[in-house]
Amino acid sequence: MTEINYRDALNQVLIETLDSDPSSFIIGEDIGPYGGTYAVTRGLTERFGPERIKDSPLAESVIVGAGIGAAMGGMKPIVEIMTINFSLLAMDQIVNHAAKIRYMSGGQITVPLIIRTVTGGGAQLAATHSQSFEGWYASVPGLTVVTPATAYDAMGLFRSCRELPDPVIFVENALLYSLKSDIPDDYYTVPIGLADIKRSGDDVTIIAYSRMVHVALDAASALASEGINAEVVDLRTLRPLDIDTVIASVEKTHRALVVEETWKTGGFAGEVSSLIHERAFDYLDAPVQRVAGEEVPAPYSSVLEDLAFPYVQRVIESVRSLLSS
Amino acid sequence: MNLKEKISKTELIGLYRDMALIREFENETYRQYMQKQIKGFLHVYSGEEAIAVGIMSVLKEHDYITTHYRDHGHALARGLDPKRIMAELFGKATGYSKGKGGSMHLFDSSRRFMGGYAIVAGQMPIATGLALAAQHEKKNALVVCFFGDGAMQEGEFHESMNLAAIWKLPIVFICENNLYGMGAAVDSTYALHDEIYKAGDAYKIPGYKIDGMDLFEVRNVMQKIDSHVRDGNGPVLIEAQTYRFRGHSISDPAAYRPKEEVEYWLGRDPIVLVRNYLIEQGLVTEEELQEADESVEQEVTEAVGFAQESPFPEAEALYDDVYADEE
Repeated sequence: MTEINYRDALNQVLIETLDSDPSSFIIGEDIGPYGGTYAVTRGLTERFGPERIKDSPLAESVIVGAGIGAAMGGMKPIVEIMTINFSLLAMDQIVNHAAKIRYMSGGQITVPLIIRTVTGGGAQLAATHSQSFEGWYASVPGLTVVTPATAYDAMGLFRSCRELPDPVIFVENALLYSLKSDIPDDYYTVPIGLADIKRSGDDVTIIAYSRMVHVALDAASALASEGINAEVVDLRTLRPLDIDTVIASVEKTHRALVVEETWKTGGFAGEVSSLIHERAFDYLDAPVQRVAGEEVPAPYSSVLEDLAFPYVQRVIESVRSLLSS
Repeated sequence: MNLKEKISKTELIGLYRDMALIREFENETYRQYMQKQIKGFLHVYSGEEAIAVGIMSVLKEHDYITTHYRDHGHALARGLDPKRIMAELFGKATGYSKGKGGSMHLFDSSRRFMGGYAIVAGQMPIATGLALAAQHEKKNALVVCFFGDGAMQEGEFHESMNLAAIWKLPIVFICENNLYGMGAAVDSTYALHDEIYKAGDAYKIPGYKIDGMDLFEVRNVMQKIDSHVRDGNGPVLIEAQTYRFRGHSISDPAAYRPKEEVEYWLGRDPIVLVRNYLIEQGLVTEEELQEADESVEQEVTEAVGFAQESPFPEAEALYDDVYADEE
């Protein structure tokens, strides 16, 4: 086992990918000599040269489109969209084209493209730089959406994603890059569409993904001291969603709380909650609850921002209330 | 109209026939739409045939093509089978996309016909990626990206031109300027409407303005720029002046176009122009063209027959081809 942080895990798996597949290359804004906004591509230009580590203009739509076209032409591009907020500028290419070309062509053409991007708030970047849109993409047939919460999952999921012949939105989280976890020395993968029980418990199921997994785990630790054993399910992949693991957990605990960073209205937590009600209603001792972002644009001031996103105490209180109902 | 190159009689008749096939095919789609065999949106290429045929006649096997939703003409000119295009329009399982794409989304990967795209300018970023793939393949191929005057108003046009320029991508950008983006006249929607070919200046991309009703002028310009683009000197922009002989789509009677304007352009029918020229110059006989016309009618009739007789997709096909593993 080797301890490694989330950023270095991604850096290593990118190197491994570029080393093993000559048709693979990366396009993105400031991914070259600058090393990437979150330093994930640091050192890659020196190693692979500017032909394979392509610094792009500030033009998200054509960056993604170039990835789509190259993938259609038989290459294995990796596109970095600096943050998921900017992916809105590439929404046409992602949703109207990447996701649909296989279907619209009757299966003639595949788009093996990985779009890496960064979601989430919590760094005082205010309203336009703190959003979480992965749930939107997860609603689109034709896309695969993965949301690793640990370095282990990031590396393992990336290895699975690069084998897919279809487009992937690979969603990283800005606040997780320095988080360390143990990684096996031998090659491993994490399957797409498989949730992971990050903590076992019998009293309540807390479902989360990306950074909220850690909020849930912290809450679970605190609850344990009160004698409440929470099970934390990390979805890891939003599409395809492993609802079976969630249902199995809820059948055991009879209570479920979904934690998500984005707004509750139209959020992915609503989808999870709905599926639990559809599939496991008879097992529930209480309605499924959600802890989600406040319905406001993300504020700058830390005093306000701390209130805008789900935090440990809110999860704890929500679990207590769920157990008392 | 002026034929400047040496070209065989067979090839000349072939070019004429390709244009006539598109016109006849499109006329037939109108008839079939009226009979409710074709549904959804239907945008026909009538009037613009010289552009697709002239360009495609110069392309090579490994070249890629992307285009817009008015794509039947490009598909036919690239050699796609009229039977399978018609079947696609009929929503049949034998269509190129098994009935899932329809009129606006024709694809044939075997001919590197990489799609009709129904979001205006959406094909342009994709063309840049195909150009990267073409470079990687090292077969000296290029990408032809067709779009209309409306696409130039989209941000994706400008993003794609800039990327193609700075990375010297082998792309021929072809603006089919038919003067209208749906019902809006281009002079009311695009600042550079009277000098569209100069839109490349901002990106140091050379521009050419040509008469899109003149088959030989289209062919000439493509021949002229072909090696420039293939050899890594970067993209070019061609503005081909043309006109839609029908409305934007089948549901558009195009009442917004002045009668005199329509009459002027109908008088410049690219098929009539090439037909008259070939006969006047004594390059082919009237009978030979008549023969081509008849074989085109026959081919379109067969396409309709094929489409009619073909089965609709099975219900189980609904979920096929969303992802690779569900095929």
